[in-house]
Amino acid sequence: MKFEKIESKIAVLPIDNIDTDQIIPARYLKSISKDGLGEGLFRDWRRNADGTPKPDFVLNQPQAQGVEILVTGDNFGCGSSREHAPWALVQNGIRAVVSTSFADIFKGNALKNQLLPVVVPADVHAELLKSPWATVKIDLVAQTVTLPSGRTVEFPIDGFSKTCLVEGVDELGYMLQQDPAIAAFEAERVGSVNTLR
Amino acid sequence: MKPRTIVEKIWDSHVVAEKPGAPVLLYIDLHLTHEVTSPQAFSTLRERGLKVRRPDLTIATMDHSTPTTSRDLPMLDTVGKAQLDQMEKNCKDFGIRLYDLKTTKQGIVHVIGPEQGLTQPGMTIVCGDSHTATHGAFGALAFGIGTSQVGHVFATQCLLQTPSQSYAIRVEGALKPGVSAKDIILAVIARIGIGGGTGTVFEYQGSTIRSLSMEERMTICNMSIEGGARAGLVAPDDTTYQYISGREFAPKGADWDAALARWKQLPTDQGAQYAKELTLDAATLEPMVTFGTNPGMGIPISGAIPDPASVSDPIEKSDLIKALKYMDLEPGKQLKGHKIDVVFVGSCTNSRISDLRAAASVMKGRKVSPSVRMLVVPGSMQVKKQAEAEGLDKIFREAGADFREAGCSMCLAMNGDQLEPGEYSVSTSNRNFEGRQGKGGRTFLASPLTAAASAITGVVTDVRTLL
Repeated sequence: MKFEKIESKIAVLPIDNIDTDQIIPARYLKSISKDGLGEGLFRDWRRNADGTPKPDFVLNQPQAQGVEILVTGDNFGCGSSREHAPWALVQNGIRAVVSTSFADIFKGNALKNQLLPVVVPADVHAELLKSPWATVKIDLVAQTVTLPSGRTVEFPIDGFSKTCLVEGVDELGYMLQQDPAIAAFEAERVGSVNTLR
Repeated sequence: MKPRTIVEKIWDSHVVAEKPGAPVLLYIDLHLTHEVTSPQAFSTLRERGLKVRRPDLTIATMDHSTPTTSRDLPMLDTVGKAQLDQMEKNCKDFGIRLYDLKTTKQGIVHVIGPEQGLTQPGMTIVCGDSHTATHGAFGALAFGIGTSQVGHVFATQCLLQTPSQSYAIRVEGALKPGVSAKDIILAVIARIGIGGGTGTVFEYQGSTIRSLSMEERMTICNMSIEGGARAGLVAPDDTTYQYISGREFAPKGADWDAALARWKQLPTDQGAQYAKELTLDAATLEPMVTFGTNPGMGIPISGAIPDPASVSDPIEKSDLIKALKYMDLEPGKQLKGHKIDVVFVGSCTNSRISDLRAAASVMKGRKVSPSVRMLVVPGSMQVKKQAEAEGLDKIFREAGADFREAGCSMCLAMNGDQLEPGEYSVSTSNRNFEGRQGKGGRTFLASPLTAAASAITGVVTDVRTLL
């Protein structure tokens, strides 16, 4: 799947340090596939113990239907390395998360799953927080976010991840092509690489 | 040559390829795996017809979903059982050494690596688990990865990586009685916040760190991710070499001498630059305890729960209000004396023999409060065996605590060991996130000493009153 542009209403979750245990609780991690993780997304914020939806949670609002962009507080995705977090977001139709910063492992995991982490400066973030359900455009090729006010700002992304997303390819294919270099490295370092018996 | 940090030295010696427009291809010396974050990576291998490139550099264990009740009992959790069965099949199909529940070496992945001498200085070590930095205690560059990357390492023994900056965390001076490694790292995280280390690798330095045992260093490195860091490490020294020497996978004979010569080159050069630095005075530290819903929300045991009224940033303020509401705590009050329901001693942070000894030293001849349920879960079957040899199991059982089989257990509550909604625990684990130890459960993170003292009194306790 190729990733170029998104135009969507934004759902706003103005909480800092949202950890991956909130994004998907550990009890959903017993699955041996990626399927069916969507129901675990923000499970304990989204639903009561009996499974009924909590009406005030942002993704339970009627406007959340079809939303592809989530705007969150700082340091989104901290904690556990579980890739189930981006899987669950993507399975709920989320294609981009916008924040002032992301936890390192989450950011890497997201980029490998066609989920775009968009880092914006504090003033842009503040503007978005004040505009729930407004329409925002994200153009990955141009690396721009167009805010509800019409103002367009740039966002950073490393060139390699961008290429993988835009061309819809994954890193593994590229890595497998490096086999000769890996073999050469192993041959040279045979004495110092710890080989388990 | 430009002076380099230990992180730069390890990085430089593992660069396989560096091409324009792509991250560095970095070689991985040791890949640790467990049942929760690997199944989908094995599926990728099968879908693409790939093999595990270096099964000889890959080690698997079962720890997250495993029951801690008797291994003779049938496993009631059929979904968890299916995950363990799949792990067994995956390891068999791809030729990976697996420490399953039938072996005497099974345990938490970050406990068994060092225990068996697999973890060595200068290595790159990865695992699909954010607490992989534990292995940094040996002067290894060890970090957590996602499942896609687990697949990458399976297939290529490499990862695409961009370098991290080094963040020097210096702790100087002598710790006071009752203050331990866990208190140091909780104090560091309280100081810098849980995002404070994002994009960096912590290098722990200073006289206090040097004086710590390997197990204490592991406790500190373990929680580097809780400060947002990619990894955390301590340069190797004689304490490190003595710990490794003679372990099963440690180099032997001439290989040992060669390894030692390499390892001694690792410590950071004089004059190397750090992107950030923090210094703590060990003498000022008290036992620490967390009050909130992330590990950065920690206070000294004599301190007061912060008041949202004193916080100016609107999101920070609302997060603190949210945390206190979830924890049902009042600002301005002490946490000391707060009633608790459960005490958990275990997890990759604090489940090694010295942690169990510390807890037992407080509990010996005392009883767990009748209102408290206490679980002691050794980090590995080897730790369990050692604890039994020293009679620690008897001390725990006579005090009224439950002494279990090895695993992650109530740290993340995947295996049935969990808090009931509303219950409070004092836990030696690493995360106090909402629901982490069971839906609706509330966690106070602390050291094994503080946990044991609180188990005795039934309330959050300053262990120094019981020493």
